Amino acid sequence: METIAHDIVIVGGGAAGLRAAIAAAEASPTLSIALVSKVYPMRSHTVSAEGGAGAALGPDDNPDLHAFDTIRGSDWLADQDAVEAFVSEAPGEIIRLEHWGCPWSREPDGRIAVRAFGGMSVDRTVFAADKTGFHLLHTLFQTSLRYEQIVFYDEFFVTKLLVDDGRCAGVAAFDIRDSEVRCILAKAVILCTGGAGRIFPFTTNAAINTGDGMGLAYRAGVPLKDMEFVQYHPTGLPGTGILMTEASRGEGGLLFNNEGRRFLEDYIPSKMELGPRDILSRAIMQEIEKGHAFEGPYGHYVHLDIRHLGEKTIDTKLFFLRELAKNFIGIDPVHEPIPVRPVVHYMMGGVDTDIMGRTPLAGLYAAGETACVSINGANRLGSNSLTECLVFGARVGRQAAEDALEALAPPTTLLAELAGKEQDRLVGTYLQREGGGERISTIRTDLQTAMERGAGVFRTEESLKEAVEAVIGLRERYSEVAIDDRDRAFNTELVAALELDNMLDVAEAVVRSGLERRESRGSHTRRDHADRDDERFLRHSLAISTAEGAMIEYRDVTITQWPPAERKY
Amino acid sequence: MATVGEILEGSDRREVRPQPGRVPLTLRIRRYNPEVRDDSWWDEFTVEVEPNDRLLDALHEVKWYRDGTLALRRSCGHGVCGSDAMLINGRNALACKILVKDVAPRVTVEPIRGLAVLKDLIVDMEPFFAGYRSILPWLINDEGEPRLERVQTPDERHHYDDTTKCILCAACTTSCPIFWSDEEYVGPAAIVNAHRFVYDSRDQGARERLRILSEKTGVFRCRTTFNCTEACPRGIEVTKAIQEVKRSILFDRF
Repeated sequence: METIAHDIVIVGGGAAGLRAAIAAAEASPTLSIALVSKVYPMRSHTVSAEGGAGAALGPDDNPDLHAFDTIRGSDWLADQDAVEAFVSEAPGEIIRLEHWGCPWSREPDGRIAVRAFGGMSVDRTVFAADKTGFHLLHTLFQTSLRYEQIVFYDEFFVTKLLVDDGRCAGVAAFDIRDSEVRCILAKAVILCTGGAGRIFPFTTNAAINTGDGMGLAYRAGVPLKDMEFVQYHPTGLPGTGILMTEASRGEGGLLFNNEGRRFLEDYIPSKMELGPRDILSRAIMQEIEKGHAFEGPYGHYVHLDIRHLGEKTIDTKLFFLRELAKNFIGIDPVHEPIPVRPVVHYMMGGVDTDIMGRTPLAGLYAAGETACVSINGANRLGSNSLTECLVFGARVGRQAAEDALEALAPPTTLLAELAGKEQDRLVGTYLQREGGGERISTIRTDLQTAMERGAGVFRTEESLKEAVEAVIGLRERYSEVAIDDRDRAFNTELVAALELDNMLDVAEAVVRSGLERRESRGSHTRRDHADRDDERFLRHSLAISTAEGAMIEYRDVTITQWPPAERKY
Repeated sequence: MATVGEILEGSDRREVRPQPGRVPLTLRIRRYNPEVRDDSWWDEFTVEVEPNDRLLDALHEVKWYRDGTLALRRSCGHGVCGSDAMLINGRNALACKILVKDVAPRVTVEPIRGLAVLKDLIVDMEPFFAGYRSILPWLINDEGEPRLERVQTPDERHHYDDTTKCILCAACTTSCPIFWSDEEYVGPAAIVNAHRFVYDSRDQGARERLRILSEKTGVFRCRTTFNCTEACPRGIEVTKAIQEVKRSILFDRF
């Protein structure tokens, strides 16, 4: 067992993880920082974010307005102290990225340009064409390379958080090249592993978005907060789920049903195409139910029409969208409307943290989509997530640095023993396992089907109960899982088996939290409890792992300046 | 520009053109596993997939239902993360951007060339990233950070736009015959990324980068075969960028 010691270990190399690494490096040149990621950092899912990053930079804007939009968008489930910190630090982060070379799109006078986005009351979304996440991620990766104290463990998979005496003090991780577990010790461990869209069959998420950090934390006893809130993006391509960016509507794109009507006038006439995602996704699903949608080989859809923007605007501001539509469905949006339907996009919930990214487990931190601070509450506004990765990535990096500078070195021998057990587990459970007849792919597909059926856009007591039962049954089947690949070099099937383990935990937290929340709020829509119920549920849910499965507790929402009100647009 | 009303009038309601209905696709895959044997071998799998599926989906069909030992890298699945560059019917491309209908009924898939194969379609990317790191791929500007953003006009932004698009997939570098024969050559991707900073109005590191690229491992190894430009899945004019860097080394005073 190889044992390696760093001051800080960051798991995940997307925007939050890289921003945390840079913040920690800036905090002190003496800190040794490990960035452990199952893919090369620039392959992280941040790369797929298209539309932009929200920050109150414009002359007509101010942080309070950004805060109010975010809180209203969250259906009042966001913690307002967290939102206040978020909006006040957001502009500085965008400027910092500019200083680091991010190729933001510019106004004619050379200032950073902003565009309109759903649920934002003014133009506040900064962007780099329609590949904002790609440029942001590459800028952060490039900047991180300047710091020799940041050590990259590329293509390492973390299997367990190493906890001793109530404190997280490292991770067990194997190098995918050789399947050998290393004991990586640290005074602070930060989870930045992104979301878990892959627990659903139809998602914009990359194949790697399997909720790994959420699973690791959950099994270490850390609560998963507000997991019932799953965001459907209104406009994904049927079939593949490839995202048609919200920027298309920010730039003036329109949605039509099969009667050629802008149906959103029936649902959110004041905002129309610039309404928040939960409301638009529900509207499209209702149009489908009413028979007002088109029907194609990959199910029902409505039309996203950007033809009136003209080829020049499309090629300047929505170039990538045009490329995607042409490449994957053979439609050129300059000449034809694009078929779109709601698609799973983002987890509002995640690992329970405070506004400095600290989890209830000492030594463990989280930021980005993995975490739930919460600024997103029951529904995230488009373009807040990239900024969240920057603001809370920076915060968690600084906090972890401060704590690591004061902490004692972890107890090596004991933790190395724990990591050694992980090697034994990988070999015994997967690599040398006898018998077992379940394939990863069949369990995974059954899980995805159960999640869509039970915990989709519209939910009921019955659908969620069925989903809970299904997930429990799949967990039992997982104990019989067997893999074909028994070799050590690049055993990507072993990785997939461990990812499925994480997906099952995350899925259980989603459906149990959803079952217990008997109200409708933000993205969580219960047909049997159609109204918001502040009396009982103006609270965060906390899913806690027990021997009997997930147990749900609640915690009050932090309200500062914006008392709960009806969510009106 | 047409009005919304005019567009409504003309709005056709036809469905997504490619019709479903599975087709057989035979994948001939070059396999390698150092724990099984020393040399590579070929395997063939025939799967039923939809014409509109990605080649990546077909590879997944093999991996998840036929042979779990098949090793490949992938992440975003739509051509922006750069994980799945492969040699597909003899040309470098991303498996997630190639559609089944464009290669059916038969396709040959091999690892990209010029980097050591670790297993099946997975190559050792470390030499590639070492080339990338060698050109100092970060913004260099020692003037201190202003309170607000640095001003950059849309024209200045446009000047280096093409080379910001590199996804580091290595399709260009591993299509370059010079790179195959000379592992010291930094390769097209590293030069593209140097170009991205050299022509950025905010950057002050051009002199240093051009010095690095003027060394014997740098741009003058390029023999302008245009393989890189053809291979780039993001459509970057790679050869043009290399020529611009050569010109800057020869004629510009930084």
